[in-house]
Amino acid sequence: MSRTQRLIFELSVPGRTAVTLPAPEVPTPSLEAMFPSSALRAKAPGLPEVSEVDVVRHFVNLSQLNHSVDNGFYPLGSCTMKYNPKVNEDAARLPGFARIHPDQPADTVQGALEIMYKLERYLCEIAGMSRFTLQPAAGAHGELTGLLLIKAYHDSRADFGRKVVLVPDSAHGTNPASAAGVGMTILEVKSDSRGNVDIEDLKDKIGPEVAAMMLTNPNTLGLFDEHVTEIAEIVHGCGALLYYDGANLNAIMGRTRPGDLGFDVVHLNVHKTFSTPHGGGGPGAGPVGVKPILEPFLPTPLVALDPETGMYVWDDDRPQSIGRVHSFHGNFGVLVKTFAYIRSMGPDGLRKASEHAVLNANYIMRRLKPYYDVAFDRTCMHECVLTAKKYKSEYGVATLDIAKRLLDFGFHAPTIYFPLIVPEALMIEPTETESRETLDGFINAMIQISEEAKAEPEKVKSAPHTTPVSRLDDTLAARKPVLRHTKSESD
Amino acid sequence: MGSPHRFIPNTEEDVAQMLQSIGVTSIDELFADIPASVRLARPLALPPAMSEPELMAELRRMSDECVSADDCTVYLGGGIYDHYVPSVIQHILQRGEFYTAYTPYQAEVSQGTLQAIFEYQTMICELTAMDVANASMYEAGSAIAEAAIMACTSTKRSTVLVARTVNPAYRKVLATYAAGRGIEVREVGFCMKRGLTSLSLLDGKLDDVACLIVQSPNYFGIVEDMPALADAVHKSGGLFVSVVNPISLGLLAPPGEYGADIAVGEGQPLGIPMSFGGPLLGFFATTSKLLRKMPGRLVGQTVDSKGRRGFVLTLQAREQHIRRENATSNICSNQALCALAATIYLSLMGPHGLRKVAELCTYRAHYLHDRINSVYGLSTPFTGPFFNEFVVASHRDPAEINEDLLERGILGGRPIGDDYPELPDHSLWAVTEMRTREELDALVRELEVLA
Repeated sequence: MSRTQRLIFELSVPGRTAVTLPAPEVPTPSLEAMFPSSALRAKAPGLPEVSEVDVVRHFVNLSQLNHSVDNGFYPLGSCTMKYNPKVNEDAARLPGFARIHPDQPADTVQGALEIMYKLERYLCEIAGMSRFTLQPAAGAHGELTGLLLIKAYHDSRADFGRKVVLVPDSAHGTNPASAAGVGMTILEVKSDSRGNVDIEDLKDKIGPEVAAMMLTNPNTLGLFDEHVTEIAEIVHGCGALLYYDGANLNAIMGRTRPGDLGFDVVHLNVHKTFSTPHGGGGPGAGPVGVKPILEPFLPTPLVALDPETGMYVWDDDRPQSIGRVHSFHGNFGVLVKTFAYIRSMGPDGLRKASEHAVLNANYIMRRLKPYYDVAFDRTCMHECVLTAKKYKSEYGVATLDIAKRLLDFGFHAPTIYFPLIVPEALMIEPTETESRETLDGFINAMIQISEEAKAEPEKVKSAPHTTPVSRLDDTLAARKPVLRHTKSESD
Repeated sequence: MGSPHRFIPNTEEDVAQMLQSIGVTSIDELFADIPASVRLARPLALPPAMSEPELMAELRRMSDECVSADDCTVYLGGGIYDHYVPSVIQHILQRGEFYTAYTPYQAEVSQGTLQAIFEYQTMICELTAMDVANASMYEAGSAIAEAAIMACTSTKRSTVLVARTVNPAYRKVLATYAAGRGIEVREVGFCMKRGLTSLSLLDGKLDDVACLIVQSPNYFGIVEDMPALADAVHKSGGLFVSVVNPISLGLLAPPGEYGADIAVGEGQPLGIPMSFGGPLLGFFATTSKLLRKMPGRLVGQTVDSKGRRGFVLTLQAREQHIRRENATSNICSNQALCALAATIYLSLMGPHGLRKVAELCTYRAHYLHDRINSVYGLSTPFTGPFFNEFVVASHRDPAEINEDLLERGILGGRPIGDDYPELPDHSLWAVTEMRTREELDALVRELEVLA
C-alpha cells in the first residue's frame, strides 16, 4: 500500500466546512458601500473545502510520514536533536505567556518580563558575557545581529576600513551569508592537520581591514580548537573582534565559557543547546550576548529591573543601539521553553548534559573507527566526523547512500557532506539524551551497512527501501520546479 | 557524575563501560583539549534544578502575573491580533512527529513536513494571487527587509521608499537591515485627512528607487489605493512590495491582482497565538520572474524512484549552505511549525470561512468605530476605508484612559503618538471576531464615562 498522502486540496468537496462562526450581532452594511470596488476581492482564494475530521486525519496521517526525535534516534550533526521535554510545551502555552499582546503596558506583563530578565542573566552566566538580546528569531538571525553590533562598534570608533570577516574553512554557510548582510567580504582561514585553525594562515590573513573572526568552538569537525586563546590574542591584537557561533555550546556548558575563551560576541541556538524543539525547521531563537564594549549597541529594547519599584520595565533609551531586529520581542514562546529547560537542569544538569553528549560521541567514534575512517584522529567533543571515502572509491557507495540506508533501520541520518573540508563526511551527534542501548543499535546498523557496502553495494545504493517513499529525484525538482499545487493537475 | 537526571539516561555502570570502550579513565580526560587556563573552576551560578511540579508552579506564578486575553477583552492590534485559534491546531501541532523533527534534510523520512509546507506555499499563493511563496520567514518586519534587499538586487538600485503608514515596528526592522547592507531608506508621508498614502506625495520621490513598500490595510487600518501606487512605482522602474494582513485577503483584493512584485506580511492571524509577539510567521511571495532572487527555503514536487509523487527542498542554489556569501539571504531555520499552524487554519476555514472571519472583523470594527464617534471626547479622524482597526483621537491622554479601562477588564487601543508625533493623543483600536456586541457595547459605556 502506498503511504503517500493526497494533498488537502485533492480532498476538497464544494460545500464542506470545518468551522462554524458566530453571527455578526451588529449591522451588516453593504461591503460595496464600505470599500471602493477595486479594493474588494473578485475571486475567492482556492482554499480546500473540507470537514473538521478531514483536516484532523489529513494532518495526523502526514505527521506519521515524519521521523522525529519522538520517533527515535536523530543523530543529525550540528543540529543537536536532543529530547524536547514535554512540560516545556505546557509552559509556553500557559495563558499568561501565550495569550498576551506585545503592546501591552509593562505592568500587565510582569511575569513575561521576569522570564526575559532572568533568562538573560542565566545566559550571561552560562556564556560568560555581560548582556544578551533575546530578539533574534534563529541562529542566523543572531549572526546578523552580532555582525551588526561589530560593525557599529568599529563605526563608533571611526574605524571605517574594516570590511573583512575571517571564517575557518570548516564554518557553517550562514557565517559568510551573514557577513554579506553587513556588507563585508569573507576570507577563509585554513584548518591545520589536527582540525584546528591554522595559526600561520591566520597570521597571514589578519590585518587592519579585518572586522572580526567568526569561530565555532567546538568547531564543525566536533573538535575543540586547542589554540583558541592564541587565536583571541591574534585577533584582538589587530583590533578585530572575535565572534562565537554558539551552534556547539552544548558541548562545553559548565566546563568553559565563550566569554572566558576571549570571545566578544556570541549567538546561542536555543533549539540546539537548550532543547527547544526544532519544529520541522523553526521556530528557534538565537539570543546574542556581548562583552561590555558592545553593550551600547544592543538592539532596543532590553528588559531592566527598576530597583525603586521592583518592577520590570522596558529600557528603550539606547541612543547607540543598532535598532530592532525583530518586529516585537523575539520568539518569546521559545524563550519560555529555554527558561524552563535551564531551571529543570540546574548548574549540575547542564554540565552533565555536556559531559554525556561528549561521552556518547566519543563512544560512537571509538566503536565505528574500525569500520569508517575518522576525519581527525583525536578526542572529539559532542559530535564526531567520519568519512566514507573508502567505500566510495572501492565500492561506489557514497555517503549519501549510507545515509539513505540508515533510514531503513529506523534512524535519521547524520549530517552529510559537511563540513565541506572532509570528503564524503558523516557528522554524527548523538546528544546526551540517548541511552547506550540506542547508541549500540545505531553502531550495529552502521557496521552492517559497511558490510553491505562491500558485499551487496546495490542494496545500499538503492536505499531507502522501507520509508514512505523511495529515493526522491532532486534533479527533476530543481529542473522543472513545481512549487505549488494547481487545480488542473489533479482534476 | 552526580545524581541521575530525568533527561540523561546513562547510568554510572553505562558510563564506566563506555569510558572503558573509549580507552580513557574519566570524563575529564575527554575535555583535556580545553586549555587549563580557561576551564571553569566553579559550578555555574544558576538556581538549582527543579522537579517538574516545582517548575510548573513557578511558571504558573509568573503566568498569573500577566493580564492575558483570558482575563480581559483586547483591543490591541497593529499586526498581532486576538483571533480565535481553533482547537484542532494545537492538537496537531503537539504531535511530536511534527514539532520534534528538524528541517527536512532527509526527504524520505520527512514527507509529512515537506507536503505540509508545499500545501502552505500553495495556500499563500492562493491568498496573495502571487506565483510562488517560500516556506516562511521570521515575521513581517524581517520579511519586509528581505523584500527590500531582493528588490535592490533585482533592480541594481540601492534606495527603497517606504510609506509612513507601514507599521512603525516593521520600519524599524527594515532600517536595521538596510543599514547593514548600505541601503538608503526614504519615507513617504500620508494624507492627514484620509489616513493613507496619496499619489501626490509620491511626486519626485520614485526616481531610482528599487521598490515602494506599502501596507494595506495600513497601520491605521485603512485600505490604501494599491493599484495606483503599484502603477506609479512601476513607471519609474521599481518594484512594488505589498504588505498585507492575510485575514483581510478573504475580502480584499490580493496583491497579485494589482501588480505587486513581492507580497509579504504577518501570518500570526492565521491560527497562531499572540505569545507576546513571537513566535510569528513572516510570509513571502513573489512572481515567477523573480523566483531565483527569492530568500528562504522552498519545497518542490518531484517523484521517487518508483514514480510516486513526493516532495523535497529545492532550488537550494539560492541558499546559504550552498552559495555562502552569495546567497540571497542568510536565513536557515525559519518558522516551519507556525507555517504548519497557518496551513491547518486555512484548511479549517476554507474560502468561505476566511471570508466570514474577514467580514465579521469588518462589521464589528465598523460598529465600534461608529459608536465611538458618538462618544463625547472621542473622534475618529481618518476618512479612508478601513478593515478591522481604526485610529481614535481623544481629549484625554489615551494611556490614562487605558489605565482606567484596565481596571474594568479591558485592554484599550495602543497610543501611537510616540511613533507619529503629528498624532498626539491618538490610539489604534483593533476588533476581531472575538469581540462580541456585548463587549463592544460595554466598552462604549465605559468610554462614555472615562473619555
